[in-house]
Amino acid sequence: MTNPIPWNGSDLLEEVGQRSGTEVSACFQCHKCSTGCPIGPDMDFLPSQIMRLVHLGAEKEALGSQAIWLCASCEACTTRCPMSIDIAGVMDALRIMAIDRKTALPDAHGKQFHRSFLGSVRRHGRVYEMGMMATYKLRTFDLLSDMDKVPQMLAQGKLSLLPNRSGSIKEVREIFRRAEEEDRKP
Amino acid sequence: MKYAFFPGCSLDSTARAFDVSTRAVCRALGIALEEIPDWVCCGSTPAHASSNSLAIALPALNLQKAQDMGLPVMVACASCYARLRTANHRICNKPEDRRRTERVTGRSYDGGVEVRHVLDVLVNHLGMDAIRAKVRRPLTGLRVVCYYGCLLTRPPEVVAFDDAEHPTCMDELVAAAGAESMDWPFKTECCGASLAMTHSGVVSRLGHKLLSMAQQAGADCLVVACPLCQVNLDLRQADAAKSHGAFHPTPVIYVTQLLGLALGISYENLGLDALTVRAKALFAKRNAGAAGFAGGKS
Repeated sequence: MTNPIPWNGSDLLEEVGQRSGTEVSACFQCHKCSTGCPIGPDMDFLPSQIMRLVHLGAEKEALGSQAIWLCASCEACTTRCPMSIDIAGVMDALRIMAIDRKTALPDAHGKQFHRSFLGSVRRHGRVYEMGMMATYKLRTFDLLSDMDKVPQMLAQGKLSLLPNRSGSIKEVREIFRRAEEEDRKP
Repeated sequence: MKYAFFPGCSLDSTARAFDVSTRAVCRALGIALEEIPDWVCCGSTPAHASSNSLAIALPALNLQKAQDMGLPVMVACASCYARLRTANHRICNKPEDRRRTERVTGRSYDGGVEVRHVLDVLVNHLGMDAIRAKVRRPLTGLRVVCYYGCLLTRPPEVVAFDDAEHPTCMDELVAAAGAESMDWPFKTECCGASLAMTHSGVVSRLGHKLLSMAQQAGADCLVVACPLCQVNLDLRQADAAKSHGAFHPTPVIYVTQLLGLALGISYENLGLDALTVRAKALFAKRNAGAAGFAGGKS
């Protein structure tokens, strides 16, 4: 039998370890993270399988997985890992690398949500929900979902028609600019 | 007792009721709150899933502002709380993270501003005796399950004011308010958080699981301390029932709303009129002097 995912000698393990600041190679596949993962049933790869893909250097499979975008960052895996691996942090590192390397994503919802959310923060210093949702919906061509909930939320004052800007908006824009510079550093 | 208050974006929109009820309860209990001027978004999951630098710098800017105020910080939103605590943790423990944050924000900061969640302030700083002494309308007969969700207790090396797997501080507050906290196994399960935006089917599935279990435990309502938990569980009950089977619609209220009622604050002044699954019947029954509302689901 041939191995469907041969070890390809990439530096994936090292880079994920560096970015997440955690010792990914310490994982001995006990699957405790997967057992407790609330989103496990919806994932293409379970968290422990993602860890194994990283061990194997299977960059295409790990960075192109649906699982890294389904992770809700609930930290159950990180809390329970017997080797104290920050598994939720590994998921973050993989998401960042997938965007950096322009990996083909199974769906763009997670990426577009993060973009729309951070765009709103950069513009207003705070999230302007209506604007953020409109941008996100346009970017994902998903104009109809959850629209039934909007009138009620407006009536209850849970959504506002206008943004509530922070007075520190200049400082926030500088922070975004300098954070991009920092992230570009090798 | 005085705190710099960080409301965060949710408390300004979908969780306005959490904002209103937190301020009302603190006022009633003599905890002074001063809002951090020109606070900015903590970045939440989109920041930590996109940029290591941004994920620490945005919370740090708020902490630097609190440092200027000379006050410890109180947060209500569980997600903001986790982000602010994580920023402090990384700045304190990783010198490179501190240097980078200072470069990005352009201000110096040593990670030393104390950050506490409202539950932590109530239970561990103010103390249960002080709260019990102020309860005027005990919610006798009300049966609730306390739902802590993810980020109030995880990861324990960052947050650490209650047990990560079996927290009890909210149960103590519920008991002080005169209600009964039912035992149930999903205290710290996840509601799906921001997947509501991107994969709402997952959130419906998780909501169905949580709400069905709450019903099995015999709860009249769920008590929460996180804006995402509240909105995911309250707003999507019809979706969850449609996709995964019917269950009794169950109100999902903030712990500060429950405590506020027991302290004698009015229903409207706690934002309780802005729930999707209404709770008025639960509390009207009790005020009418009926024999509590045990088993009181109509």
